[in-house]
Amino acid sequence: MEEIIHDQELESKEYFINMGPQHPSTHGVLRLVLSLDGEIIKKVEPHLGFIHRSIEKMCEHDSYTQIVHLTDRMDYLSCHINNEAVCLCVEQALQIEVPDRVKVIRTIIDELTRLSSHQLWWGVMGMDLGAITTFLYGFRDREMITDIFEETCGARLTMNYNVPGGLFFDIHPNFQKRTKDFLDYFKKKLPEYDTLLSDNVIFTQRMKGIGILSKEDAISYGVTGPTGRASGFSCDVRKHHSYMAYDRVDFKEILDTEGDCFARYKCRINEMWESMQIIEQLIDNIPEGDYKVPTKAVIKLPKGEWYQKVETARGEFGVYIISEGQKSPYRLKFRSPGFSNLSALDHMARGCKIADLVAIMSTLDLVIPDIDR
Amino acid sequence: MKSIINYFKEILFGLKSLVKGMAVTGHYITHPKEIITQQYPENRESLKMFERFRGEVVLLHDENNEHKCTGCTACEVACPNGSIEIIPKRVEIDGRKVKAIDQFVYHLQMCTMCGLCIPACPTDAIVMANTFEHAVFDRSKLTKILNKPGSKIMDGIK
Amino acid sequence: MNWLYDFTYLTQSIHESLSRNFEQGTVVLIEMILVGLAFMILFALLGLVLVYAERKVSAFFQQRLGPMRVGKWGTAQTLADVIKLLMKEPLINKNADKFLFNLAPYIIMITAFMTMAALPFAKGLQALDFDIGLLYISAVSSLGVVGILLAGWSSDNKYSLIGALRSGAQVISYELSVGLSLLTIVILTGSLQLSVIVESQANGWWIFKGHIPAVIAFIIFLIASTAETNRGPFDLAEAESELTAGFHTEYSGMKFAFFFLAEFANMFIVSALGATVFLGGWMPFHIGGWEVFNNIMDYIPPIFWFFGKVSFIIFLMMWFRWTFPRLRIDQLLTLEWKYLLPINLMNILVMAFLVLMGWYF
Ligand code: SF4
Ligand code: SF4
Repeated sequence: MEEIIHDQELESKEYFINMGPQHPSTHGVLRLVLSLDGEIIKKVEPHLGFIHRSIEKMCEHDSYTQIVHLTDRMDYLSCHINNEAVCLCVEQALQIEVPDRVKVIRTIIDELTRLSSHQLWWGVMGMDLGAITTFLYGFRDREMITDIFEETCGARLTMNYNVPGGLFFDIHPNFQKRTKDFLDYFKKKLPEYDTLLSDNVIFTQRMKGIGILSKEDAISYGVTGPTGRASGFSCDVRKHHSYMAYDRVDFKEILDTEGDCFARYKCRINEMWESMQIIEQLIDNIPEGDYKVPTKAVIKLPKGEWYQKVETARGEFGVYIISEGQKSPYRLKFRSPGFSNLSALDHMARGCKIADLVAIMSTLDLVIPDIDR
Repeated sequence: MKSIINYFKEILFGLKSLVKGMAVTGHYITHPKEIITQQYPENRESLKMFERFRGEVVLLHDENNEHKCTGCTACEVACPNGSIEIIPKRVEIDGRKVKAIDQFVYHLQMCTMCGLCIPACPTDAIVMANTFEHAVFDRSKLTKILNKPGSKIMDGIK
Repeated sequence: MNWLYDFTYLTQSIHESLSRNFEQGTVVLIEMILVGLAFMILFALLGLVLVYAERKVSAFFQQRLGPMRVGKWGTAQTLADVIKLLMKEPLINKNADKFLFNLAPYIIMITAFMTMAALPFAKGLQALDFDIGLLYISAVSSLGVVGILLAGWSSDNKYSLIGALRSGAQVISYELSVGLSLLTIVILTGSLQLSVIVESQANGWWIFKGHIPAVIAFIIFLIASTAETNRGPFDLAEAESELTAGFHTEYSGMKFAFFFLAEFANMFIVSALGATVFLGGWMPFHIGGWEVFNNIMDYIPPIFWFFGKVSFIIFLMMWFRWTFPRLRIDQLLTLEWKYLLPINLMNILVMAFLVLMGWYF
């Protein structure tokens, strides 16, 4: 804050605004210090830490099974994928090969999570731009997925369905039917998303050419996920470092070159189609078998270091475990996609208007607990 | 000339896209049957949670007011945030002194509903219930004693 | 029941009975008070009904039910809200300019009242009927922005200030389009007097009689008037996802309610203006030659026609609001200066040509 006041004296024309920590469009407790020239943004300074819960430190005292449920609380919109990352890392350390059934089920639920996250993002994006109705439509469609999760995993948001070595329980008998119903339903609704926003002239005018992030910048800021891919940075972990059942399904990595808000938007919409395609390929071919390989009651990793990355709905999520042979890790580090994506915000938002900043933030699809951890 | 045509084309395309968007919302306002609102307190009777839904931890009691908890504290250890506290006592059964629970304290306010305690229990004494209406006016009400007064351990459970 | 079709007798008889008992000055005073009271009641009713309507309509657009708890189908919800707002503490920022801060909501309300005076609600039901009615309405309704600017300036909040400045730019630009689109019809009527404009539509509404230019003018009027009332896709002054609540961020309690009420009153006023000028005001819908049909239409009292048309336009505005994303400030100005204004001017030219040639009904 000292620094800001100092700045102000030098450039007396600047107009400072605190956007957040409580602001409708920061989607959580993110504080952005904007310095404005009229409506035009000269600088954005994100201030973090309002929802820091020291999850990484907590992990150093928890057993490996307990760590999994903490990752639910980071990027709560792709919680299953986060859980999976920890489990994969532990499995990698223990050299466990999970059964095929587990792989397929995890993949399906991953993609459902991605879909539900993108649906919510779409709704919230519309709301940020002032079309409140889309918010309700996004949530309406998401409801079916949360119902699937609730029936199979036991919770709607923080599912905690993964355990090192497999799954908490087997899938519910209704799982396949419900998922197929959802796919049939959502295939009819997704074109509606296009009519409401993607084709709308106000929307396209607001998105095109705004917040451009070049491929070089995307790479140097470490921007991943749909945000990075919209800039042409081929960074899909599912393709490049395939895990679970992604190597046996046929899907495209959505790439774009423009790197503006509209490209990011399009990227996510197309990803929804791809996710549906992945689920369709797997849903009828869930192999028989166990849903879990037996592990010891108290998991102890051997001495060493392991890293596992997965593709969440926001980008590359990594888990880095250093073990000293104890039942809890010596140190655990999460690489969260939101943090790196946020770092590019200043670069993208300079010279834009306040309304554009809101649009850029929406297309970054930030989840603040994921940034702060 | 071309730019003038483009100018009008732009306007017409823009208007068309707006009308198309209005058709979508127009469809929903004319189809009130598709309304998705669930009126919660009114539909309490018909509202059924899925059987796996994790609402709170309960200790199962049978009709003789007997439960299966031996007080082994496996669930307490499995819980990531100390929501379960087992207060043991020594009881005399057939002349032998055995460990049993005095109080099974459950802090609902700390529980994250992760469900880790359930598979940890060797005797399947606890389960997740489907209840979800946990709101109370006083925080202290959330700390619950799960074993009912006067209950004791079932025969044959060790 | 005759009074429902022509209010002239009613107002006349009130006037006469008053004149018999009082002298001239007192009569005018009493009549002014009566009219003021009537408008105040209308205002309160409008607020109650429109807020409820907006909530229900938005709910149905969004596949929700909307308010359902207070009263049957939530009908008493707005009343409950009013009571809640009345009981709220009126907060004022420490560094706010207290006088202007308190004044701003009243300015907005007063302009809304002033505009309403010239609206013809039904035959003979019009507080002021003078020869420049249309001009008067468009002049007075643009005064409301002063209230918004004052509110934004005085509340000592950066968001409010940005919102107020946005709204200043917006209202001043769109005022132009509203005026010009109304002017298109004035060419046809040849009069600015609202009662004359309504009478001229006895054999058909201008939107039907005026060919395509009238339709274009109507569309422009809809867009521009939505913008002028700071609503729908043009709610930049409030823009809750950007500026939290824009110019009324710092207001609470009843003063906030005044802004809220004024928004709905303004919506009603522009809709009423649109209905009067384009859709025939209180004139029933007639189709030339269909005597039976016309008679049935005549049977519906004019005041219902008026409110029916107004609600139609209000519904359209709500439809816009609940479908479209918000524009950005530069797009807003582009839309006005690069699209609406040139088209409007051309449209007037075409209309003038049509009138010269007598190519209208
Ligand atoms: S559900 Fe999880 S947090 Fe709750 S008591 Fe069981 S182990 Fe603890
Ligand atoms: S509930 Fe089960 S795990 Fe917990 S103390 Fe009782 S017997 Fe042990």
